Amino acid sequence: MSDIKEVISRVCPDATFEEGECLTVNVPDKSWAAFARELKENRELDFDVLSAVVGMDWKESLGVIYYFTSTSHNWDVLAVKVAVADRENPMIHSVSNLWKVALFQEREVYDFYGIKFINHPDMRRFFLRNDWKGFPLRKDYDANPELNPIPADDEQNEDDTVSYVEDEKGNIKKVPGKVFAPEEYVVNIGPQHPSTHGVMRFRVAVDGEIVNKVDVVSGYIHRGIEKLCEGLGYPQILHFTDRMDYMSAMQNRHCLCLCIEKALGVEAPRRAQVIRVIMDELMRISSHLLSFGCTAMDLGATTAFFYGFREREMVLDIFEKTCGARMSMNYNVIGGVIADIHPDFVKDVKELLRIMPGALKEYHTVFSGNLIAKNRLKEVGMLSKEEAINYCITGPSGRGSNWSCDCRKKHPYAVYSEVQFEEILEDGCDSYARYMVRMREIEQSCKIIEQLIDKIPEGDIRAQVPKIIKLPAGRWYQQVEASRGTFGVYIESDGSKNPYRVHFQSPCFNLVGVMDLTCKGNMIADLITIGAALDFVIPDIDR
Amino acid sequence: MKREDFKDNEYIDKLVEELNATGANVAVGKLDQLINWGISNSLWPLCFGTSCCAIEFMSLGAARYDMARFGFEVARNSPRQADYIMVQGTIVHRMAPAVRRLYEQLAEPKYVIACGGCAVSGGPFKNSYCVVPGVDQILPVDVYIPGCPPRPEAFFYGLMQLQRKIKVQKFFGGVNRKEKIEEFFKAHPEERGQID
Repeated sequence: MSDIKEVISRVCPDATFEEGECLTVNVPDKSWAAFARELKENRELDFDVLSAVVGMDWKESLGVIYYFTSTSHNWDVLAVKVAVADRENPMIHSVSNLWKVALFQEREVYDFYGIKFINHPDMRRFFLRNDWKGFPLRKDYDANPELNPIPADDEQNEDDTVSYVEDEKGNIKKVPGKVFAPEEYVVNIGPQHPSTHGVMRFRVAVDGEIVNKVDVVSGYIHRGIEKLCEGLGYPQILHFTDRMDYMSAMQNRHCLCLCIEKALGVEAPRRAQVIRVIMDELMRISSHLLSFGCTAMDLGATTAFFYGFREREMVLDIFEKTCGARMSMNYNVIGGVIADIHPDFVKDVKELLRIMPGALKEYHTVFSGNLIAKNRLKEVGMLSKEEAINYCITGPSGRGSNWSCDCRKKHPYAVYSEVQFEEILEDGCDSYARYMVRMREIEQSCKIIEQLIDKIPEGDIRAQVPKIIKLPAGRWYQQVEASRGTFGVYIESDGSKNPYRVHFQSPCFNLVGVMDLTCKGNMIADLITIGAALDFVIPDIDR
Repeated sequence: MKREDFKDNEYIDKLVEELNATGANVAVGKLDQLINWGISNSLWPLCFGTSCCAIEFMSLGAARYDMARFGFEVARNSPRQADYIMVQGTIVHRMAPAVRRLYEQLAEPKYVIACGGCAVSGGPFKNSYCVVPGVDQILPVDVYIPGCPPRPEAFFYGLMQLQRKIKVQKFFGGVNRKEKIEEFFKAHPEERGQID
């Protein structure tokens, strides 16, 4: 770590350092653009993945914290803090030219904090309507409902965008623009459309049947979870994670619990850790089965949908017996799990493991080998490995582009370092590769559960934690591998019983960012299959 | 399900009383019964899932719960072909005009079911800056199904409650649903969307 420090102070003398959970670099905005280029292109640093962008309001200043990861340097994590004191017209240089994932991430920060990003090509709001008054995550936001009543009409001037361009002399000019050129033919898909897997809206410019550009309009299920968290205590915010990506409820909640436990200095007992891992993998199986069913149904193969749901019901039964709910399980708590496993748990899981290999074989016969499925999925929605890294596409979609990015291997947590499993990679870079990664991951999940199910140790299910949980002042970032990619939780605490800031870095947010890239040049009918193979969950994007 | 198993039927009883009090023509009454029998056994939902409840609704469509047994299975993607809108999930400010428009595009007779805590009252997100606290702020709701998400059995209970409600409505004259809907919109004028 120390040599990174040396390199940074050489390339950017303005930088100051903060020690913490990981190395944090404070950079003033005037040297940020040049430093960002060094971070990306200097071989000694080589931070090629921008894993999280967190907007912040420290009252006396506004700013952004960037979390970088280096794939070549042992997946080291580096945090960079850029702050501006101007609250009226805050401006920070954009890094969207270097890491494309920032295109959407910075729009989110603008939406929440009103920080304008210089040289960002499209500085529109992301989640909220363009006529929204105020920036909701600022600490001085006026939450009076009369300012923003329930709207009756659609938004006006949706096509208008703006960017803030800096010339050589450093003058910043506001340049208005249009999302689509006047001669483009734009088709609207969503927000109420069964094949977008939720309430996502795409505006698609087409030439005949060929897609030229996809404009993603998000926020139709933006519930303001991050702001709600700031008003609640730590045990009270846990349930929100189950309702974001409801198909990765266990993993998301595991992540938040790990992050709080890390800050408290508590470790869950071993029995709880093993149960958590088994539950995570069961959730992954259930999620991939749903994804299989929905992909098939989007292609018109309704029978395959019933097959996927048949096995999924078995997983849900296991959850129901132990957690008391089929969905939104609310199972992990700070320090462990809320209840011990049901007496039937081991028997039921073994029954599932017995059935899965045969079921998978059946799926492959019914759907994977089908000529129509192959024609619709193969060589559609191409995404190269470099683009996957640049857009931070993790999870099965990233591994379908041959990018080894499994958080269970790179930053092992719980008991993942003790179990044997293979990280599934496919080099097809197309929709079919993503689909196949999911199917093969089900086998690996079964393998992990098989190794653990007979070896659940005796002992407590919960560590002792204080009644009122107060985290020490500081910053923590924790990642886990959710069903759709790397899920991150950022917590900043000021020492009180409520968090100062909570940010959820959802994998689906990045997935929807490549819709434009992957759909360009394909037929409009393929937009649906590309979306199905990327497999995003909308409440996870919107939060 | 037997009638005795429904424990909270006061409002349906009230509807029946009203019907008995006003009286009905024999021919029209029989015709009413026939039409209501038809409507209640072929309720086509409009797929309108915004979050978790939609996944449970998909389970309803799959083999284990199989809502085709009750005539609910023809889930339509266009409001013009559907009988009722099933609001599954949170409604936020950006979505509100779209929900309202979808409702207005449904053909009469039309019904609304609010599924899950979010659609009933805003649920855990009630205090958020951009969540509509209950879909009954913008639509006249017929049946509420609480739960987070409701179990498939709860979905069935709610849907069958809607069937019972339909069976005692007067299709010709009498207690007209249309009037009630007009009243609702008069009470919520500021939210009425513009139809082009």
